[in-house]
Parts: sequence; C-alpha cells; structure tokens
Amino acid sequence: MRRVLNLSLLDTPLELDPQVALRPEPFGALAYHYGTRRLVFVKHHDVVAVARQLAAHPSLSATLQACGIAESRWPSFAKAFATLNESEIVRERPSAG
Amino acid sequence: MSAPALVEELKRGLDAPICLTWELTYACNLQCVHCLSSSGRRDPRELSTTEAKQVLDELRDLQVFYINIGGGEPMVRSDFFELVEYAINPGKGRTGIGVKFSTNGTYIDAAKAQRLASMEYLDIQISIDGIDAATNDRVRGAGSYAMARRAMDHLASAGFGPFKISVVVTRHNVDQLDEFKALADSYGAQLRITRLRPSGRGADTWHDLHPTNAQQRQIYNWLLARGDAVLTGDSFFHLNALGESLPGLNMCGAGRVVCLIDPVGDVYACPFVIHDQFKAGTVRGDGGFAEVWKHSELFRSLREPQSAGACASCGSYDACQGGCMAAKFFTGLPLDGPDPECVAGDADSMLGAVRIELTPRPSLDHSHRRTLSLTTR
Repeated sequence: MRRVLNLSLLDTPLELDPQVALRPEPFGALAYHYGTRRLVFVKHHDVVAVARQLAAHPSLSATLQACGIAESRWPSFAKAFATLNESEIVRERPSAG
Repeated sequence: MSAPALVEELKRGLDAPICLTWELTYACNLQCVHCLSSSGRRDPRELSTTEAKQVLDELRDLQVFYINIGGGEPMVRSDFFELVEYAINPGKGRTGIGVKFSTNGTYIDAAKAQRLASMEYLDIQISIDGIDAATNDRVRGAGSYAMARRAMDHLASAGFGPFKISVVVTRHNVDQLDEFKALADSYGAQLRITRLRPSGRGADTWHDLHPTNAQQRQIYNWLLARGDAVLTGDSFFHLNALGESLPGLNMCGAGRVVCLIDPVGDVYACPFVIHDQFKAGTVRGDGGFAEVWKHSELFRSLREPQSAGACASCGSYDACQGGCMAAKFFTGLPLDGPDPECVAGDADSMLGAVRIELTPRPSLDHSHRRTLSLTTR
C-alpha cells in the first residue's frame, strides 16, 4: 500500500481503499476504514463524488476532468486527496497484472 | 471546513450515529458501585435473538460502521457469540458491522480467547478501575481485578492483538495513570480512560469518587502530554477550559452522533442518561431504530442550537461547551449551566445548594437484590 507524494498525485491512478466504506452525510461523507478502525470526515460533496469515481479513470486529474471540476480548483483537490491518501482512505491503484 | 465548522455541522446531527452503544443485557455477575446502567439482574423484556438480529440488519442498512456492545456483562447472554458473529460476518455479499465490546473479563477463558482472536473487526475492552486489587475491587467488587487480569492474559496468549484496557478515572486511581499505561504497554494493549459519570449507581457514589479539582488538572496535563496515544472516547472535553484543547471532538454527541440502545430496545440519547427524560423511543416501534434516530422529538430538539445559559458570559464556553449533559442532570444542575466539574469552579456553589433528595433518580434499577440477614432466636 504505497503512499504517494502530493506533487505527483494528480498524475497518479488512485482508488478508494477496498477496506473503506463511505456514508453520505449532510456535510459530505463519513469514511470508515475497517482495517485501521479510523473514521475520517470528508467535508465536501465534490470530494466525495470524485472519490467514488477514482477507480474508473487513469489518474486523479482525469477523474477531476470527468467530474467537471474546474482546473482552478485542482490544487485544493490535490491537497484534499493527499490527506485522504495519508489516512489510507484512498490509495495508489495497483497496476494491472 | 475548519474543525469548529465541522463540530457545528455535527451538532445538527448525522443521518445515522457514528458511535452507537448497545447494552445487550442488564444481567451482570458484578455490582460495580458506579455502574452506568445499574445492572445486575436480567430484564425479562430483553430483546430476543431474532429481534437483536433485526436491529443489526437495520444498523447495517443505515451504514453504522461499528457498534459498542456492553451491558451488564454482554457475555452472560447465551447468544453472545451468535450475535457478534452475525454483526461482523452476516454472510455473502453483505457488509459487516465492526464490534467493540466491553467486558469485565470473567467469561474469557483460554478457549473463548481463541475464538475471539479468530474474529476480524472485533475489539475488546476489559475494564479495571485500579492498578491493584485493593483499588480496583473497592469499586468493582471482590475478585474482579484477578478476573480481569486473567482475561488479559488469555487474550495475550491467544494472540488477540491490541485489546483495550478501559479505566474510569476516580479520585482513587488518578495517581495510577502512568501505571495503567505501563500495564497496557506490557500487553501491547491500548489504554482508554473515561470520565466518571453520576449515572446509574454512580448517582449514589459520584460525590465520593469523582476527581477533585486539583486532580482534574492532573488528568488534563497527563492527557495533553500523551496526545492520541491514550483513548478517551472524547469524554474529557469539559477540561478544555484549562487551555489547549485535548484531541478529539469537543462537543456533547448525545442524540447527534451517539446514542444508546438498552437491553429492552429503548433508545436513549447517550449511555449516561438512562432516564425517561432522555428516552427517544424504542427499536420495537413501527419504524424501528431509524425512525427514532431520524424523527424522535427528543433527538430533534438536541440537534437544535443549545442555550449557553448561565455559561454565556464565561470566556471558556467555546472550549468546554458547558460540559456533560448527563453529569449536570444527575447532580441536579440546570442543563444550560456549568458542568458539576466545571474547572472554573462555577458549579461549586450551585452544587452546594442542590437538595440531594430532589435530584433526578435513574429510571431503572436492575441491581442485585440485597439479601437481608435476619437474626432470629
């Protein structure tokens, strides 16, 4: 489960950790990691929407594009996903094969 | 969103609880003097196995990630393993609910420890309230320290991994915090310390057991130095008025992010307020638990902005949030005023004026009946 640097995160293929469940909430979502038993607050609906789509796209930036997130907001998304990566909610997608 | 903004959001309530305590039975082999639920004897109306599984199904649908199971002593129930296994591993294609259960350890022998160690998504919390039998058994009863330690030994031998050691902080064990931490470390366990509440049988013992004002500062400094290496259930937020905030959510979660399901299926705002005034409904009703959580009048009112009352003019209100609702209620203080353990001492004169005989009593008492020994000629 390799952690990735913030700088290259936009180019990285990511996915929700398979041990994570997302529960919709008025402020965004609660993410719970069954392995680490850690609960994380995902505090924006757009971040939740992007997180759910990560596995369908080749990189974080491609996911942001597909979700219609304006490029000016990408740095803040890169930051948010770096935090989620840090807390093992998302992870780098293992390459096929 | 900043941390205070998140707290404001959480105060308006969540779609389902984050942390739900479910007391499986009022039966208990012990008779701890501070028992929150005045446990001892089983209640004949307790949820059946089928009803309990229906509740678990419902919690799973609500995406409750994990539950805290307690009692009474939950392992007394003959379907204990059946229910825990059903929660964790409900069968193909269905998400499990993580379980943390609290026990006094009496029923964890070598075989049960093996069985527990083989289960995923299971945490165990063993309670002790003193670092030695003398301190512990005064509160939890004769022989209870030895039983708890034996359970810890069994779990360690079975390779359970990091279980939790849970301590209610009293004025008699405050000085043992370092030793509790060392004990937990020696087992590779996690230490959890929580606040003593005047709930259940604790209503009668709180005045003698709760930490002194000086000891509160001691607890605060000890916790501050250890950061999140010690778990607290975020129960010491009233101490935040002493300065820098302790780790965790700085708010009362009752009816907003936490609640209690009691053994007969009644839903209360939190584990510390088993009283009719804080009963929101029952899981046996038509809409089940979800109806109570989402629509009960009580929970809706707890999610409204709360008045700071007598604390409004205090500069520390943002830090301590007026403390714990249950602690105020069972000591006879107004809910919109200072916590009985207010570190500024703002409750001291009020506590002195409370007429003890008029303070609210816990609504239920399942304590073992005292045996009266009569001398006859």
